[in-house]
Amino acid sequence: MDAHALEAALRPADGEKCVFDTNPVLNERLTHYCPGCLHGVAHRLVSEVLHEPDLAPRTILVAAVGCATFTYDYFNVDGLEAPHGRACAVATGVRRARPEAVVFTYQGDGDMAAIGLAESLHAANRGERITSIFINNTVYGMTGGQMAPTTLLGQKTTTTPEGRCLAREGGPVHLAEIMAGLEGVAFAARCALDSVAHVRAAKKALRRAFEVQIQNLGFGFLELLSSCPTNWHMDPVTAARHVAESMIPVFPLGVFKDKAAAPSGKPSDAANESEHTAGGAADA
Amino acid sequence: MSRVVFLEERCKGCRLCVAACPCGILRPSGRFNRHGYEVMEQAGTCSGCASCAVMCPDVAIRVFRSVKAKEGAA
Ligand SMILES: Cc1ncc(C[n+]2csc(CCOP(=O)(O)OP(=O)(O)O)c2C)c(N)n1
Ligand code: SF4
Ligand code: SF4
Ligand code: SF4
Ligand SMILES: [Mg+2]
Repeated sequence: MDAHALEAALRPADGEKCVFDTNPVLNERLTHYCPGCLHGVAHRLVSEVLHEPDLAPRTILVAAVGCATFTYDYFNVDGLEAPHGRACAVATGVRRARPEAVVFTYQGDGDMAAIGLAESLHAANRGERITSIFINNTVYGMTGGQMAPTTLLGQKTTTTPEGRCLAREGGPVHLAEIMAGLEGVAFAARCALDSVAHVRAAKKALRRAFEVQIQNLGFGFLELLSSCPTNWHMDPVTAARHVAESMIPVFPLGVFKDKAAAPSGKPSDAANESEHTAGGAADA
Repeated sequence: MSRVVFLEERCKGCRLCVAACPCGILRPSGRFNRHGYEVMEQAGTCSGCASCAVMCPDVAIRVFRSVKAKEGAA
Protein backbone atom coordinates (compact mmCIF):
# COMPACT_ATOMS: atom_id res chain seq x y z
CA MET A 1 0.00 0.00 0.00
CA ASP A 2 1.53 3.35 -0.98
CA ALA A 3 1.42 6.39 1.31
CA HIS A 4 -1.65 7.91 -0.39
CA ALA A 5 -3.66 4.71 -0.24
CA LEU A 6 -2.67 4.25 3.41
CA GLU A 7 -3.74 7.78 4.26
CA ALA A 8 -7.11 7.18 2.62
CA ALA A 9 -7.53 3.82 4.35
CA LEU A 10 -6.89 5.45 7.73
CA ARG A 11 -9.83 7.82 7.33
CA PRO A 12 -13.04 6.34 8.73
CA ALA A 13 -15.67 6.04 6.00
CA ASP A 14 -19.32 6.95 6.54
CA GLY A 15 -20.82 4.52 9.02
CA GLU A 16 -17.38 3.59 10.41
CA LYS A 17 -15.68 4.40 13.67
CA CYS A 18 -12.01 3.93 14.55
CA VAL A 19 -12.03 1.58 17.57
CA PHE A 20 -8.32 0.98 17.86
CA ASP A 21 -5.71 3.68 17.41
CA THR A 22 -2.38 4.69 18.88
CA ASN A 23 -2.13 7.58 21.35
CA PRO A 24 0.13 10.62 21.76
CA VAL A 25 2.04 9.19 24.76
CA LEU A 26 3.49 6.44 22.59
CA ASN A 27 5.74 7.97 19.94
CA GLU A 28 6.04 6.60 16.43
CA ARG A 29 9.52 5.14 16.72
CA LEU A 30 9.72 1.47 15.87
CA THR A 31 10.95 -0.49 18.86
CA HIS A 32 14.18 -2.50 18.80
CA TYR A 33 12.38 -5.50 20.33
CA CYS A 34 12.45 -8.86 18.55
CA PRO A 35 9.37 -9.83 16.49
CA GLY A 36 6.53 -10.93 18.76
CA CYS A 37 8.24 -9.84 22.00
CA LEU A 38 5.51 -8.83 24.43
CA HIS A 39 7.53 -5.90 25.82
CA GLY A 40 5.76 -3.97 23.02
CA VAL A 41 2.30 -4.84 24.35
CA ALA A 42 3.35 -3.73 27.85
CA HIS A 43 4.57 -0.42 26.38
CA ARG A 44 1.25 0.21 24.68
CA LEU A 45 -0.65 -0.44 27.92
CA VAL A 46 1.58 1.97 29.83
CA SER A 47 1.04 4.65 27.19
CA GLU A 48 -2.74 4.23 27.34
CA VAL A 49 -2.86 4.43 31.12
CA LEU A 50 -0.74 7.61 31.04
CA HIS A 51 -2.97 9.07 28.34
CA GLU A 52 -6.38 8.48 29.91
CA PRO A 53 -6.36 10.68 32.01
CA ASP A 54 -3.54 12.87 30.76
CA LEU A 55 -0.75 12.09 33.25
CA ALA A 56 2.09 12.20 30.72
CA PRO A 57 3.12 15.86 31.25
CA ARG A 58 3.97 15.13 34.89
CA THR A 59 5.30 11.60 34.42
CA ILE A 60 8.94 10.61 34.85
CA LEU A 61 10.06 7.15 33.75
CA VAL A 62 13.08 5.49 35.32
CA ALA A 63 14.45 2.92 32.91
CA ALA A 64 16.31 -0.19 34.03
CA VAL A 65 18.94 -2.35 32.34
CA GLY A 66 17.82 -5.18 30.10
CA CYS A 67 16.04 -5.34 26.76
CA ALA A 68 13.89 -2.40 27.86
CA THR A 69 16.86 -0.15 28.63
CA PHE A 70 15.83 2.16 25.79
CA THR A 71 12.20 2.26 26.85
CA TYR A 72 12.44 6.05 27.35
CA ASP A 73 12.90 6.34 23.57
CA TYR A 74 9.34 5.16 22.99
CA PHE A 75 7.28 7.33 25.34
CA ASN A 76 6.64 11.04 25.14
CA VAL A 77 7.40 11.48 28.83
CA ASP A 78 10.49 12.54 30.74
CA GLY A 79 12.83 9.69 31.51
CA LEU A 80 16.19 8.78 32.89
CA GLU A 81 18.35 5.69 33.12
CA ALA A 82 19.22 3.96 36.37
CA PRO A 83 22.20 1.67 37.00
CA HIS A 84 21.33 -2.02 36.71
CA GLY A 85 18.76 -2.99 39.37
CA ARG A 86 18.64 0.44 40.99
CA ALA A 87 15.60 1.92 39.26
CA CYS A 88 13.52 1.98 42.47
CA ALA A 89 16.31 3.76 44.35
CA VAL A 90 16.61 6.37 41.59
CA ALA A 91 12.82 6.68 41.42
CA THR A 92 12.75 7.26 45.19
CA GLY A 93 14.96 10.29 44.74
CA VAL A 94 12.97 11.57 41.78
CA ARG A 95 9.62 11.27 43.54
CA ARG A 96 10.84 12.81 46.80
CA ALA A 97 12.40 15.74 44.92
CA ARG A 98 9.32 16.16 42.72
CA PRO A 99 6.34 15.17 44.86
CA GLU A 100 3.91 16.33 42.17
CA ALA A 101 5.35 13.93 39.59
CA VAL A 102 4.04 10.52 38.59
CA VAL A 103 7.11 8.27 38.72
CA PHE A 104 7.41 4.74 37.41
CA THR A 105 10.06 2.13 36.82
CA TYR A 106 9.98 -0.52 34.08
CA GLN A 107 12.21 -3.45 35.00
CA GLY A 108 12.97 -6.97 33.88
CA ASP A 109 13.19 -10.00 36.14
CA GLY A 110 16.98 -10.05 36.00
CA ASP A 111 17.10 -6.38 36.85
CA MET A 112 14.49 -6.21 39.59
CA ALA A 113 14.56 -9.68 41.16
CA ALA A 114 18.31 -10.42 40.93
CA ILE A 115 20.82 -7.57 41.02
CA GLY A 116 18.23 -5.05 42.20
CA LEU A 117 16.25 -7.09 44.70
CA ALA A 118 17.44 -5.16 47.76
CA GLU A 119 16.75 -1.71 46.30
CA SER A 120 13.35 -2.85 45.01
CA LEU A 121 12.15 -4.47 48.24
CA HIS A 122 13.30 -1.60 50.41
CA ALA A 123 11.72 1.06 48.20
CA ALA A 124 8.50 -0.97 48.34
CA ASN A 125 8.79 -1.49 52.08
CA ARG A 126 9.26 2.26 52.61
CA GLY A 127 6.06 2.78 50.68
CA GLU A 128 7.68 5.07 48.14
CA ARG A 129 5.01 6.69 46.00
CA ILE A 130 6.19 5.08 42.79
CA THR A 131 4.84 2.45 40.41
CA SER A 132 6.99 -0.47 39.30
CA ILE A 133 6.24 -2.58 36.26
CA PHE A 134 8.03 -5.91 36.45
CA ILE A 135 8.43 -7.86 33.22
CA ASN A 136 8.76 -11.57 34.00
CA ASN A 137 10.04 -13.41 30.93
CA THR A 138 11.95 -16.07 32.93
CA VAL A 139 15.37 -15.13 31.47
CA TYR A 140 17.96 -12.41 31.09
CA GLY A 141 16.79 -11.53 27.59
CA MET A 142 19.26 -8.84 26.65
CA THR A 143 22.40 -10.75 27.51
CA GLY A 144 21.43 -13.93 25.70
CA GLY A 145 19.14 -16.00 27.89
CA GLN A 146 20.85 -16.71 31.20
CA MET A 147 18.84 -17.98 34.18
CA ALA A 148 16.80 -15.34 36.01
CA PRO A 149 15.33 -15.66 39.52
CA THR A 150 12.00 -16.38 37.75
CA THR A 151 13.30 -19.19 35.52
CA LEU A 152 10.97 -22.19 35.71
CA LEU A 153 12.14 -25.45 37.25
CA GLY A 154 13.50 -27.63 34.49
CA GLN A 155 13.85 -24.70 32.10
CA LYS A 156 17.01 -24.81 30.02
CA THR A 157 18.94 -21.56 29.84
CA THR A 158 22.55 -20.84 28.89
CA THR A 159 23.50 -21.03 32.58
CA THR A 160 21.24 -24.01 33.38
CA PRO A 161 21.92 -26.17 30.32
CA GLU A 162 20.38 -29.19 31.99
CA GLY A 163 17.39 -27.29 33.28
CA ARG A 164 16.91 -25.31 36.47
CA CYS A 165 17.16 -27.63 39.45
CA LEU A 166 15.48 -26.84 42.79
CA ALA A 167 18.32 -28.28 44.87
CA ARG A 168 21.03 -26.45 42.92
CA GLU A 169 19.50 -23.10 41.89
CA GLY A 170 16.40 -22.75 44.06
CA GLY A 171 12.88 -22.25 42.76
CA PRO A 172 11.26 -19.40 40.81
CA VAL A 173 10.85 -16.21 42.85
CA HIS A 174 7.25 -15.02 43.19
CA LEU A 175 7.81 -11.30 43.42
CA ALA A 176 4.16 -10.16 43.34
CA GLU A 177 3.35 -12.24 46.43
CA ILE A 178 6.51 -11.05 48.20
CA MET A 179 5.64 -7.43 47.42
CA ALA A 180 2.10 -7.91 48.70
CA GLY A 181 3.52 -8.91 52.07
CA LEU A 182 5.31 -5.58 52.59
CA GLU A 183 3.54 -2.91 54.59
CA GLY A 184 4.49 -0.07 52.23
CA VAL A 185 2.97 -1.73 49.19
CA ALA A 186 -0.48 -0.40 48.31
CA PHE A 187 -1.10 -2.52 45.23
CA ALA A 188 0.48 -5.77 44.06
CA ALA A 189 -0.80 -7.90 41.22
CA ARG A 190 0.29 -10.32 38.55
CA CYS A 191 -1.20 -10.30 35.05
CA ALA A 192 -0.18 -11.86 31.75
CA LEU A 193 0.23 -10.59 28.19
CA ASP A 194 -0.41 -13.87 26.36
CA SER A 195 -4.02 -13.35 25.28
CA VAL A 196 -6.52 -10.62 24.46
CA ALA A 197 -8.49 -11.17 27.69
CA HIS A 198 -5.34 -11.14 29.81
CA VAL A 199 -4.00 -8.01 28.11
CA ARG A 200 -7.28 -6.22 28.77
CA ALA A 201 -7.17 -7.30 32.44
CA ALA A 202 -3.54 -6.14 32.64
CA LYS A 203 -4.54 -2.65 31.60
CA LYS A 204 -7.03 -2.40 34.45
CA ALA A 205 -4.43 -3.59 36.96
CA LEU A 206 -1.87 -1.18 35.55
CA ARG A 207 -4.27 1.68 36.09
CA ARG A 208 -4.66 0.67 39.75
CA ALA A 209 -0.88 0.42 40.12
CA PHE A 210 -0.65 4.09 39.08
CA GLU A 211 -3.72 5.19 41.04
CA VAL A 212 -2.31 4.14 44.42
CA GLN A 213 0.71 6.34 43.80
CA ILE A 214 -1.43 9.31 42.81
CA GLN A 215 -3.72 8.77 45.81
CA ASN A 216 -0.61 8.76 48.01
CA LEU A 217 -1.37 5.26 49.35
CA GLY A 218 2.04 3.73 48.76
CA PHE A 219 4.04 1.64 46.32
CA GLY A 220 2.28 0.22 43.24
CA PHE A 221 3.57 -3.05 41.79
CA LEU A 222 2.47 -4.95 38.71
CA GLU A 223 4.14 -8.13 37.48
CA LEU A 224 3.46 -8.94 33.83
CA LEU A 225 4.10 -12.44 32.50
CA SER A 226 5.78 -11.80 29.18
CA SER A 227 7.65 -13.76 26.52
CA CYS A 228 11.14 -13.95 25.11
CA PRO A 229 10.68 -15.81 21.82
CA THR A 230 14.34 -15.31 20.91
CA ASN A 231 15.94 -16.85 23.98
CA TRP A 232 13.18 -19.42 24.40
CA HIS A 233 13.89 -20.52 20.82
CA MET A 234 10.18 -20.40 19.99
CA ASP A 235 8.15 -18.60 17.37
CA PRO A 236 6.10 -15.74 18.91
CA VAL A 237 2.76 -17.58 18.83
CA THR A 238 4.25 -20.66 20.51
CA ALA A 239 5.97 -18.38 23.05
CA ALA A 240 2.65 -16.74 23.96
CA ARG A 241 1.12 -20.19 24.38
CA HIS A 242 4.07 -21.14 26.59
CA VAL A 243 3.18 -18.22 28.88
CA ALA A 244 -0.33 -19.65 29.23
CA GLU A 245 0.63 -23.30 29.56
CA SER A 246 3.89 -23.22 31.50
CA MET A 247 4.15 -19.88 33.29
CA ILE A 248 0.62 -19.17 34.56
CA PRO A 249 0.39 -22.50 36.45
CA VAL A 250 3.59 -21.53 38.30
CA PHE A 251 2.86 -17.81 38.60
CA PRO A 252 -0.86 -17.51 39.41
CA LEU A 253 -2.63 -14.39 38.15
CA GLY A 254 -4.43 -12.15 40.56
CA VAL A 255 -4.53 -9.02 42.66
CA PHE A 256 -2.69 -9.90 45.85
CA LYS A 257 -3.19 -6.57 47.55
CA ASP A 258 -5.14 -3.40 46.83
CA LYS A 259 -5.30 -0.72 49.52
CA ALA A 260 -7.25 1.54 47.19
CA ALA A 261 -10.06 -1.00 47.22
CA ALA A 262 -10.20 -1.13 51.04
CA PRO A 263 -13.48 0.22 52.41
CA SER A 264 -11.75 2.87 54.53
CA GLY A 265 -9.00 3.51 51.99
CA LYS A 266 -6.56 4.47 54.74
CA PRO A 267 -2.93 3.55 54.07
CA SER A 268 -2.36 2.14 57.55
CA ASP A 269 -5.57 0.15 57.69
CA ALA A 270 -3.91 -3.17 56.90
CA ALA A 271 -6.54 -5.30 58.62
CA ASN A 272 -9.30 -4.15 56.31
CA GLU A 273 -7.45 -4.79 53.11
CA SER A 274 -9.30 -6.87 50.60
CA GLU A 275 -6.88 -9.53 49.52
CA HIS A 276 -7.45 -11.98 46.73
CA THR A 277 -5.42 -14.76 45.30
CA ALA A 278 -5.23 -16.63 42.03
CA GLY A 279 -7.25 -15.59 39.03
CA GLY A 280 -10.48 -13.69 38.79
CA ALA A 281 -9.72 -10.55 40.71
CA ALA A 282 -7.47 -9.09 38.03
CA ASP A 283 -10.35 -9.36 35.59
CA ALA A 284 -12.80 -7.57 37.85
CA MET B 1 -18.34 -4.38 7.12
CA SER B 2 -15.64 -3.61 9.68
CA ARG B 3 -12.02 -3.62 8.55
CA VAL B 4 -8.43 -3.51 9.74
CA VAL B 5 -5.60 -1.44 8.32
CA PHE B 6 -2.03 -2.66 8.67
CA LEU B 7 0.70 -0.05 8.99
CA GLU B 8 2.92 -2.39 7.05
CA GLU B 9 6.20 -0.63 7.73
CA ARG B 10 5.63 -1.17 11.49
CA CYS B 11 4.95 -4.91 11.14
CA LYS B 12 7.56 -7.46 12.25
CA GLY B 13 5.71 -10.46 10.86
CA CYS B 14 5.18 -12.11 14.26
CA ARG B 15 1.67 -13.41 13.44
CA LEU B 16 0.31 -12.81 16.94
CA CYS B 17 -2.58 -10.98 15.24
CA VAL B 18 -3.32 -13.99 13.06
CA ALA B 19 -3.49 -16.24 16.12
CA ALA B 20 -5.63 -13.73 18.05
CA CYS B 21 -8.36 -13.18 15.43
CA PRO B 22 -11.49 -15.03 16.60
CA CYS B 23 -12.85 -14.98 13.04
CA GLY B 24 -9.67 -16.51 11.59
CA ILE B 25 -9.59 -13.98 8.74
CA LEU B 26 -5.99 -12.76 8.97
CA ARG B 27 -3.17 -14.43 7.07
CA PRO B 28 0.37 -13.81 5.83
CA SER B 29 0.18 -11.91 2.55
CA GLY B 30 3.31 -13.11 0.78
CA ARG B 31 4.48 -9.49 0.62
CA PHE B 32 7.45 -8.15 2.57
CA ASN B 33 8.10 -4.68 4.00
CA ARG B 34 11.35 -2.79 3.67
CA HIS B 35 12.72 -4.40 6.84
CA GLY B 36 12.18 -7.80 5.24
CA TYR B 37 9.24 -8.88 7.38
CA GLU B 38 6.25 -10.59 5.80
CA VAL B 39 3.14 -8.46 6.34
CA MET B 40 -0.38 -9.74 7.06
CA GLU B 41 -3.66 -9.19 5.25
CA GLN B 42 -7.39 -9.39 5.92
CA ALA B 43 -9.12 -12.18 4.00
CA GLY B 44 -12.72 -12.39 5.19
CA THR B 45 -15.43 -10.62 7.13
CA CYS B 46 -14.11 -8.63 10.09
CA SER B 47 -16.24 -8.10 13.20
CA GLY B 48 -14.26 -5.06 14.36
CA CYS B 49 -13.45 -6.72 17.71
CA ALA B 50 -9.87 -5.33 17.75
CA SER B 51 -8.40 -8.54 19.21
CA CYS B 52 -5.65 -8.48 16.58
CA ALA B 53 -4.67 -4.92 17.49
CA VAL B 54 -4.69 -5.65 21.23
CA MET B 55 -2.08 -8.38 20.68
CA CYS B 56 0.13 -6.53 18.18
CA PRO B 57 3.38 -5.65 19.99
CA ASP B 58 4.25 -3.09 17.34
CA VAL B 59 0.97 -1.16 17.28
CA ALA B 60 0.77 -1.81 13.55
CA ILE B 61 -3.00 -2.32 13.31
CA ARG B 62 -5.88 0.16 13.21
CA VAL B 63 -9.46 -1.11 13.43
CA PHE B 64 -12.49 0.54 11.87
CA ARG B 65 -15.79 -0.85 13.06
CA SER B 66 -18.95 -0.54 11.07
CA VAL B 67 -21.27 1.30 13.45
CA LYS B 68 -24.05 -1.04 12.41
CA ALA B 69 -21.90 -3.86 13.81
CA LYS B 70 -22.29 -4.85 17.45
CA GLU B 71 -20.88 -2.31 19.93
CA GLY B 72 -18.38 -3.68 22.43
CA ALA B 73 -15.08 -3.03 24.17
CA ALA B 74 -12.43 -1.39 22.03
C1 LIG C 1 26.24 -3.90 36.71
C2 LIG C 1 25.84 -4.74 35.54
N1 LIG C 1 25.91 -6.07 35.62
C3 LIG C 1 25.55 -6.84 34.56
C4 LIG C 1 25.11 -6.26 33.40
C5 LIG C 1 24.71 -7.15 32.23
N2 LIG C 1 23.27 -7.19 32.02
C6 LIG C 1 22.67 -6.41 31.11
S1 LIG C 1 21.03 -6.70 30.97
C7 LIG C 1 21.13 -7.94 32.14
C8 LIG C 1 19.93 -8.76 32.53
C9 LIG C 1 18.64 -8.25 31.99
O1 LIG C 1 17.63 -9.16 32.20
P1 LIG C 1 16.16 -8.72 32.56
O2 LIG C 1 16.20 -7.68 33.61
O3 LIG C 1 15.41 -9.96 32.86
O4 LIG C 1 15.62 -7.99 31.25
P2 LIG C 1 15.15 -8.61 29.84
O5 LIG C 1 16.27 -8.34 28.91
O6 LIG C 1 14.87 -10.05 30.03
O7 LIG C 1 13.92 -7.83 29.50
C10 LIG C 1 22.43 -8.09 32.61
C11 LIG C 1 22.84 -9.09 33.60
C12 LIG C 1 25.04 -4.85 33.36
N3 LIG C 1 24.61 -4.21 32.27
N4 LIG C 1 25.41 -4.11 34.42
S1 SF4 D 1 15.73 -10.88 23.60
FE1 SF4 D 1 13.75 -11.59 24.39
S2 SF4 D 1 13.04 -9.99 25.84
FE2 SF4 D 1 14.70 -9.13 24.55
S3 SF4 D 1 13.63 -8.10 22.85
FE3 SF4 D 1 14.18 -10.16 22.16
S4 SF4 D 1 12.41 -11.43 22.62
FE4 SF4 D 1 12.19 -9.52 23.80
S1 SF4 E 1 -10.79 -6.77 14.36
FE1 SF4 E 1 -11.30 -8.82 15.18
S2 SF4 E 1 -12.31 -9.87 13.48
FE2 SF4 E 1 -11.28 -8.07 12.59
S3 SF4 E 1 -9.30 -8.87 11.94
FE3 SF4 E 1 -9.00 -8.06 13.99
S4 SF4 E 1 -9.29 -9.81 15.34
FE4 SF4 E 1 -10.14 -10.39 13.33
S1 SF4 F 1 0.83 -8.69 15.38
FE1 SF4 F 1 1.52 -6.76 14.48
S2 SF4 F 1 3.71 -7.04 14.08
FE2 SF4 F 1 2.81 -9.07 14.43
S3 SF4 F 1 2.30 -9.82 12.36
FE3 SF4 F 1 0.45 -8.84 13.16
S4 SF4 F 1 0.59 -6.70 12.45
FE4 SF4 F 1 2.61 -7.60 12.19
MG1 LIG G 1 14.00 -10.94 31.77
